[in-house]
Formats: sequence, structure tokens, C-alpha cells
Amino acid sequence: MTTQQVQAPFPGVFYRKPAPDEPVYIEEGQAVQAGDVIGLIEVMKQYVELKAEVSGTLESFSAENETVLEAGDIIASVEVSE
Amino acid sequence: MIRRLLIVNRGEIALRIVRAARELGLVSIVAHSDADVDTLAVHQADEAVCIGPAQAAKSYLNIPAVIEAARNCQADAVHPGYGFLSESPEFARAVKDAGLIFIGPDADIIDRMGDKAMARQTAIEAGVPVVPGSPHAVEGLEEALSVAEDVGYPLLIKAAAGGGGRGIRVAEDAEMLTKQLPLAKSEAQSAFGDGRVYLERFIARARHIEVQVLGDGKRAVHFFERECSLQRRRQKMFEEAPSPAIDSTIRKRLCESAVALAEHVGYLGAGTLEYLFDEKTGEFFFIEMNTRIQVEHPVTEMVTGFDLVRAMIQVAAGEPLSIAQNDITLRGWAIEMRINAEDPDHDFFPSLGTVKKLVWPTGPGVRIDSGLYEGYKMPPFYDSLVAKLIVWDDSREHALTRAGRALDEFQLQGFTTTAGLHRRLIEDSAVKAGAFDTVFLERWLAEPASNHANVKEVINEQ
Repeated sequence: MTTQQVQAPFPGVFYRKPAPDEPVYIEEGQAVQAGDVIGLIEVMKQYVELKAEVSGTLESFSAENETVLEAGDIIASVEVSE
Repeated sequence: MIRRLLIVNRGEIALRIVRAARELGLVSIVAHSDADVDTLAVHQADEAVCIGPAQAAKSYLNIPAVIEAARNCQADAVHPGYGFLSESPEFARAVKDAGLIFIGPDADIIDRMGDKAMARQTAIEAGVPVVPGSPHAVEGLEEALSVAEDVGYPLLIKAAAGGGGRGIRVAEDAEMLTKQLPLAKSEAQSAFGDGRVYLERFIARARHIEVQVLGDGKRAVHFFERECSLQRRRQKMFEEAPSPAIDSTIRKRLCESAVALAEHVGYLGAGTLEYLFDEKTGEFFFIEMNTRIQVEHPVTEMVTGFDLVRAMIQVAAGEPLSIAQNDITLRGWAIEMRINAEDPDHDFFPSLGTVKKLVWPTGPGVRIDSGLYEGYKMPPFYDSLVAKLIVWDDSREHALTRAGRALDEFQLQGFTTTAGLHRRLIEDSAVKAGAFDTVFLERWLAEPASNHANVKEVINEQ
């Protein structure tokens, strides 16, 4: 069993939901497919979708909603399905 | 009387206002977020006050936090700069209710001119031309065809409930209108749940030209126009004053219309009236008014010799305009190039980093408005504009040459900017000829760079 860590590709503000009054993209423990959007990163007024690179289970988020991130910060861990 | 001025903004414009305050002998206080402690504006200001965390919603847009800070630091006036709270009637009202001077017009005027329909109505009342259109939604085909005669072809069929460019069809003539109208109505019904459509003149080759005004609540003057057609995704990239597209007859009518509108509403402060200019017919049409200082105000300052930021503080303090229209004359040509921390080769994606090396261009006719310094680490929370490179010379041709010289002197290491793009843009034959419209830049950017005029060597940028 391998765990893949999702890192921030650039600095910015991390959001777990598409808009403040909407539900999160994905809950911890939910299944995830490679390419699924798991959050947003806001950088200089641009919003970039953060996508899962592998399929499996989204184990946990290390970054909360609205966390300020540096490039390379760990956002989430995905347990890779075999 | 203003003694202590609170500046609620960041970056180059906060610094610009600090400079004006110092020259007026005012105490400058910069309200900043947690992320902007180490900035030139804060360093240069007499005092600074933190108004909240990095995210703008919790600091620069947080009205109660700003009002509290203003009270605590005993400010007697508040300058909002541009963006953020500068065009918020609620903020202007809150500042006034706190017993302070808002550097800008009354909240009611911000309200009125910020609403597109109301601004259009106000322009019509003041005798300022607006884009011809049907006064209300058109019902049947017969009505549409008769209204179209007044509006003129080509025209746009616009969904009343649409917006942001959606729900628009073009009709070149009566035959196309006959065909398109029912389609547009059913499309509007299914897309927006509202089948109403109205007609508006389609200006195929439009330029964006705007007029700078300054009013004291009774009288207003203009500072001529700025040409801002070079835009990407409706964001201006390159501005100049005057416009190469209009002659002195049109200039006079255009600028006088702006003063008429400003005086009609009893405008106080610095403001800008934006127009679409149809080069084919020589007609101009008012589209909207910005009730604040603008990013590109320096080109106007360069060609008129007036300090607009200083002047807007003086009129807000209750001083009447000290100048007559005849005192303001055009001299030479000015160009502003927006240096954004964006990578033009990667779809203008934000390019973040720390400034490792910085050499500004200097010498005759060069002005830099920027908060950058060596060692500055750019925060990811705000706009990507990091510097404005402004040049002045006695003619447009000379100003473009000087712009190239200035760009060649400019060195910035640490992140990618749009400076290299400007270096190529000013070599383009259409730009040199002043022959462009609002869609030119996007079309130019879509072409491979190898099509563009050769630029000597490498751009000073890594």
C-alpha cells in the first residue's frame, strides 16, 4: 500500500470548496479518481484547480480550508489503489 | 482641513499617495495587511497600522476594521486608492459617518455612476452620447425592425438577462435580424429563463478612450484623454496620452462632454469617463465612469504637468479648483507599460518570487511607480501589477523609442514579468502606427512571436 502526498505546486491560498457556501470537493475517506478536483489554489487573483494525480482513497487533508501555502507544502495524502 | 491621511491600499498606489501626502505636508498613515508589513509604502509612510490578515476580504476590504483603524490613529481623511474599497458606496458612507473625509466623491455619486443603467441615463441627461440601443426590450419583429432603423446596423441582439458576453448575436442587416431575432429570444429563454432581448449598435472596430476629469463639486475640468485599447481579457496592458486616433476637433467635443457629465452630477474628486470610439464614423459613446484615481493616471500627469493625486486630496479637503480649463494644455506624448508578475509564455500565469536583482531605467523622461526593491518577496494574495514604467517625450515616435531604451535598461531577476512582451509590442508596425483597437492585443498575442518584429538580442529579464 502506497500513500501519495499532494503538494502545493506554487504558493497561494488553499480552498477545499468551489465557493464559500458550497460543499467541499471531497471528504476525507472518500474514493478519488486521477484527475478529480480536490481543491482550489488562489494565486494573485487567479484560481487554479488542484487535481488528484492518482486514483485511490483521499486519506486526509493536512491543509485546512483557506490555509496560506508555500510551494511544496503538503495539502493531502492519497492512499493509492493497486 | 486634513492633517492625518489614512491610505487604505497597497503596492505602488499606496506609495504614490504617501508621496503626495508628504509633499502636501500631511502625516501619511498606511493601513496594511499582515502580508504587507515589509513594503515600500509602509517604510516610506510616517506611520502604519495593521488592519488584518493577508486575505483582502479580511483586511483591505474589511470596512469595520478600516474605520476602527482610522479612529485609533486619529486620521481625519481616508484615501482608498484604486481597486479594493475605492468604489464602494458603503465604505464612502462609513467614512463620512465616522466624521472623516473620504478622498473621492459622495457615496450617492459612486452609487449612481457605478450602476450601468443609471450611469447611461445620467449621460443621456447631460447630453453625452451613449451606445445607440433600444430604450427597452423589443417585442415582435416589426418593432425590432423599426427600432433597428434608429440604432443602425450592424447591431447586437442582447439577452436582457445575459451578461459577461453571453447571450449575444450579431445582425448585419434587416434580413439577418429577421432570422436571428426568434432564435435569440428562444435561446435567451432557455439559457436565462427570460426571453427578453434588446438591440444595441455593434461597433466592430472600437477603441477604448477615456477622459480624466477633476471636480470640486461645482466646477469640473478635464485633463484630456488616454488611449487604453491595448488590453488582454479586458485588463489594460499599455496606455498612452493623448490618443493617436483622434484629431483636435473630436478631442474638444469628447473632453467637453466629459466635463458636462461631471458638472451635471456635481462631481468632486478625480474621475474617469470611459468611451468607445468608432474610428470608422468618428463617433464616441460613453460607457461608464470610474469614480476614483486610475492605474494609468501618470500618463495624464506627464502630458499635462499636473499632480492628480495631490489635486484630488485638495478638492476633498474643500478647496475649490485653483485652475481653469485654459490652464491645462497638452505637451508631448506619454506611454505607460504595466509590468505584471506574469509569464506571457505560460498564458500569463502568476510568476512569484523574491527580487534578487533590480535595476530601474532612469534618465530623461522616465518615471517608475513601483513598490519593488531588492529582497522584496511577493505575496500571492493580491494583484500581479508590480511596476508601471512611464516614459515621456516630445512626440509619439520619440516616446516609443524612449520606451525601448528604458526597457533595455530595466533588469529584474527573481521572477518573470511582462516587460519582455512590451519590448516586442513597441516594435510592432501597427503599434508604431497607432493603428489598433480593443481586440488587437489578444490577436497579436495569439500569433507566434516569430511573426513579430525582431527585437535586438535578449530582453533584460530572466
